[in-house]
Amino acid sequence: MPAPDPPLLQVRNLAKAYGAIAACRGISFDLWPGEVLGVVGESGSGKTTLLACVSGQLPPDGGQVLYAPDGAAPVDVLAMPEPDRRRLLRSEWGFVHQNPRDGLRMGVSGGANVGERLMAAAGWRHYGRIRAAALDWMARVEIDRTRIDDPPATYSGGMQQRLQIARNLVTHPRIVFMDEPTGGLDVSVQARLLDLLRALVRAEGVAVVVVTHDLAVARLLADRLLVMRDGVVVESGLTDQVLDDPQHPYTQLLVSSVLQV
Amino acid sequence: MGAVLRIEGLAKGFTLHNQGGLRLPVLAGVQFAVDAGECVVITGASGCGKSSLLRTVYANYAASGGRVLVRHDGAWVDMAAAPPRMVMAVRRATLGYVSQFLRVIPRVPALDVVAEPLIADGVPAGEARDRAAAMLARLNLPQRLWSLPPATFSGGEQQRVNIARGFVRAYPVLLLDEPTASLDAENRAAVVRLIDEARERGAAILGIFHDAEVRAQLATRSVNLETFRAPA
Repeated sequence: MPAPDPPLLQVRNLAKAYGAIAACRGISFDLWPGEVLGVVGESGSGKTTLLACVSGQLPPDGGQVLYAPDGAAPVDVLAMPEPDRRRLLRSEWGFVHQNPRDGLRMGVSGGANVGERLMAAAGWRHYGRIRAAALDWMARVEIDRTRIDDPPATYSGGMQQRLQIARNLVTHPRIVFMDEPTGGLDVSVQARLLDLLRALVRAEGVAVVVVTHDLAVARLLADRLLVMRDGVVVESGLTDQVLDDPQHPYTQLLVSSVLQV
Repeated sequence: MGAVLRIEGLAKGFTLHNQGGLRLPVLAGVQFAVDAGECVVITGASGCGKSSLLRTVYANYAASGGRVLVRHDGAWVDMAAAPPRMVMAVRRATLGYVSQFLRVIPRVPALDVVAEPLIADGVPAGEARDRAAAMLARLNLPQRLWSLPPATFSGGEQQRVNIARGFVRAYPVLLLDEPTASLDAENRAAVVRLIDEARERGAAILGIFHDAEVRAQLATRSVNLETFRAPA
């Protein structure tokens, strides 16, 4: 057996209710370095609430989110002082929103969107170096470098999403949370983004928690899956096993409802 | 050479919850071992569960009972019970699987599809691409296709990409599901040579081959799956 390498993130018994409605109940999972975990389920299953709670954007009602970079002693992110949590979210963690407008600053240039995270998180001050890093990342996400000084409002939807990914990855985070990253895009644009994400995630060795209702996206990106329904995880396991031999009635229904092309 | 794959009392069935809980038993009491340097061919009538057996060994299907022991990194791992990360580690380093059909990934060129298992195992990208190119050349895939995604390839071309991906790395245990099915005589011969070479270097091979000639050329032993069917 391999050395028991510790997980990077341990979520324990996470719960969140909106009034009488339990959006998430008793959710526990581990995330290891470099691993892509997919969270699938229909609208209203609680998957987006789970992502928001785990990533420190929404305070849950109960549970723990234990973060242990490089085998350090785990810290409960939910119990951290607010400034520490904000610093973590800007540097070692990233969040890719479904709508790029929620993750970008639309009033400043594309280059500044990438560069300002370097300044805020890594304390970079040298303009030339920041601009060079921004240019490098624009190229890595296949955005024409001549667009660096244009504001993202002038970009297409696919370009905006790629810019949001560059803004998140520029600080070499350990974990990136993604909420339906290909959700609002045309199918051809989706394929390009998925391919890019696959390659970048592998090259950077970053751990990812990706929420999607699209099982094809989950199959392409995720190593493991959690299947959610009504706020609970009904099935989890290896992506290809969950999709090719689903055990739970709800997972069987989800998989059999996908249209074949 | 000793066994590197041991299948013990393996059972597999499906419960279709959305069909009134219909139960479909597929495998029961399957028990045999494969040694390093052996090519064991699974036989039995169509529908007796040959492909399901390979998928269960690979943990693509969840076993309903029994064990699938694979010799990995100096220890036995039970693929039917191992946690997902362990299954992934076994697949990365020890257990290869060539399915009947290639699952194409949009936009990814054939060469990268083949190089991917090497890169995932830590081989530098340049070397991985060189080895992938050599494998595609061996399987007579025209070089003009290497930089294209295989979505538009013919069945035989896709299958050769699939085989190249399965053989680009020297897996100690290989599962082959009809690898020669959609190939012409020349390409079938190339694949037979590839499989034989893998066996000669000590790989344990468990395969399904419908073509009687291919079976005769490759099999060192055969196992009839129907002999394991549990009494109804």
